[in-house]
Amino acid sequence: MTRELLINYERCLGCRSCELACATAHSLAKSLFGAVLGGEAPLKRIFVSQSGSRKVPLNCRHCQDAPCIDACITGAMHRNSDGIVTNQGGEAPCTGCWMCVMVCPYGVIRAETGKREAVKCDRNCTDHTGVPACVKACPTGALAFTTVDSHSGKKRKEFLERALK
Amino acid sequence: MKSRDKAVNQMIKAAGEREVETVWDRYQTQQPQCGFGELGVCCRNCTQGPCRINPYGDGPDHGVCGANADTIVARNLVRAIAAGAAAHSGHARHLAHALKKGLAGKAPAYGLKDEAKLRALAARVGLDPELPAEELVNKFMDMALEQFAEGEGPLKWAQSFLTGGCGETFERLGTMPTGIDNTIVEMLHRTHLGVDADPVNLLLAGVSCAIADYAGSHLATDLADIMFGTPGPVFSQANMGVMKEKSVNIALHGHNPVLSDIIVQEAREMEEEARGAGAEGINLMGVCCTGNEILMRHGVPALTHSISQEMPMLTGALDAMVVDYQCVYPSLAGVAECTGTKLITTMDMAKISGAVHLGMHEENAAEKAREIISVAIEQFRARQGRPVNIPSVSSKVVAGFSVEAIVQALSKLDAADPLKPVIDSLAAGSLQGVVLLAGCNNVKVPQDDSFLVIARELAARDVLLLATGCGAGAYARHGYLTPEATLEYAGPGLKAVLTAIGEANGLGGPLPLVLHMGSCVDNSRAVDLAVAVADKLGVDLNKLPVVASAPEFKTEKAVSIGTYAMAIGLPVHLGVVPPVLGSRLVTSVLTEGVKDLFGGYFIVETDPYKAAGAIFAAIQERRSGLGLPTREWE
Repeated sequence: MTRELLINYERCLGCRSCELACATAHSLAKSLFGAVLGGEAPLKRIFVSQSGSRKVPLNCRHCQDAPCIDACITGAMHRNSDGIVTNQGGEAPCTGCWMCVMVCPYGVIRAETGKREAVKCDRNCTDHTGVPACVKACPTGALAFTTVDSHSGKKRKEFLERALK
Repeated sequence: MKSRDKAVNQMIKAAGEREVETVWDRYQTQQPQCGFGELGVCCRNCTQGPCRINPYGDGPDHGVCGANADTIVARNLVRAIAAGAAAHSGHARHLAHALKKGLAGKAPAYGLKDEAKLRALAARVGLDPELPAEELVNKFMDMALEQFAEGEGPLKWAQSFLTGGCGETFERLGTMPTGIDNTIVEMLHRTHLGVDADPVNLLLAGVSCAIADYAGSHLATDLADIMFGTPGPVFSQANMGVMKEKSVNIALHGHNPVLSDIIVQEAREMEEEARGAGAEGINLMGVCCTGNEILMRHGVPALTHSISQEMPMLTGALDAMVVDYQCVYPSLAGVAECTGTKLITTMDMAKISGAVHLGMHEENAAEKAREIISVAIEQFRARQGRPVNIPSVSSKVVAGFSVEAIVQALSKLDAADPLKPVIDSLAAGSLQGVVLLAGCNNVKVPQDDSFLVIARELAARDVLLLATGCGAGAYARHGYLTPEATLEYAGPGLKAVLTAIGEANGLGGPLPLVLHMGSCVDNSRAVDLAVAVADKLGVDLNKLPVVASAPEFKTEKAVSIGTYAMAIGLPVHLGVVPPVLGSRLVTSVLTEGVKDLFGGYFIVETDPYKAAGAIFAAIQERRSGLGLPTREWE
């Protein structure tokens, strides 16, 4: 079964380790020290926000019915063979019309520095086991990379333990 | 709400219009702040880290070296105490060097000014107070400088200026320092990778460091009084309305009076030069504790404090901000660039990129002071024709309540036994207790809000209020350092006591609601007062209905002050959660365990109304212990 990036919101401490790891994975050097020493400014594609007393990580959900794909005029935004929604390697290059930014309900698409080009989670960050960099970097398990059913099973178990205590 | 201060809010608006970034903007851009740091479970003491402990128990519970959350939290906390102690004692050391050079004829700006204070201190530390002044001051200075070095016995300044009971407790628990510097240095040693991993042992070392901090702070107060005079009651003003469009406006910011006091003296000689530049005169004003030092001694108006330190520049009327050290935001350089203010750093160990550095040395203090004032006068010329936006917000201030000034005022009621009226009032219950409100502002708290709420709640319930540092600054800017505030907010018992003292001193009304005792090193003055009361009653400090509160603290110095206040036996309220919650053990030691060891303990409460209740309850517990009548919170 396909693994998905799922969020345990209550576990997020707001350390932004996921943001740093995401950006590093998208750097040329592919390492924090290398990217910093090389003067690179790679962009993150996951965003930790403070919402009331909660700290919340958010990135692309890779929706089945993805409004960004429908709205893309050039055909840059597409779903690849792994099921990942990306504007890299599509029918035509991204022209930076920002239609995808406007229709994305989560606000997780941003602009490349100094370019008319949309930037989003593209999963070009996974390690040899296929786990995304943000998930690997998360020290509390707020970000999980697992199958949906396994995640819901775990939540079900936690709920029952609480409810029937 | 960012601030309770109307002038500050006016300037925040001005900053927004001019797109000048302030502390509040930067705080927003820092969101979310790292939860590991907030909990104190991040260790960066070696390059195998940074290590972080998962507070949910669902991840690493040890760092690479094996340190667990208790060790990491304790190490981080005691390092902060060491930094605070280093800052206060560094301040004292600068004063000591200045006076030493002054006595040797190498620094003409410095010398013995307050002989009576010298003699009183000499008697306390075991010197013959009857010696000729020159011989005495030299002996005193030798002893003062010895405090920094590792001695063989207990640290003199800690032993001499606390109760005998405190000294015994510290000796028994091994927390009595033998010198200031070696105690601080040992803390850096202990917290190095692979040294002290026992959280309780680390915390006790932290207490030792905090006691060294008390000694350093006391020494800083003592030396400043000897060199520049012991404060007595002064009348002045506070808040940004004290700026004058047509004067050379100079803000003195930081902590040490070693330069600012000289600037105050030299400015009097340079009025003519200022008038020559078309100004009506030189208008000196204070920020933070340098401001408190020159307010206490010279009545120099207080401009603003702590987190609002960037705001006065936004008036467009501030010609120079002269800084020494501690709590001086590097951001000032950027604001100064926008507003044309000259930001002048003066200490070679505290420079800021983008500022003008005019390094002050003890030998050239007066010349440097004049040079600094000249730069401000030039800037006054340059700003002519530019619009200014000075908030018309200011408050009357009565300050200058050193222990000497308080005893002097009380002696008008009872010359033979000045403390008796206060002790009698405490016993009868017309005064319920005494609370020292200290510490900083913190961007996480609406500026001044917690200070004001706690003061009103406690004053209404007959609690005598003392204040120092930026806390005193908050009360100054909101009109709480006035007799009018006493009439408005004090409960009947407190009002009667403050009125009796005020009228006996010919004020025709009460003393101010809050007594301004000075800067943050001057928390030593408040301790001196508590020690005098304790000695008079023949009980220890940990029995007195006296509480310390730091409702909006932020600095490592405040952590250190809070720790020594706890160690001498006071309940200490903190209005901002310190980064210790990652260790259940450390948290419980600080809030409960230390009570059995020292008598003092920490109360953490961020809601100011609940905090006032908790402080009042702590006072009642102490009153009950002394067999005094108690009161319900109503």
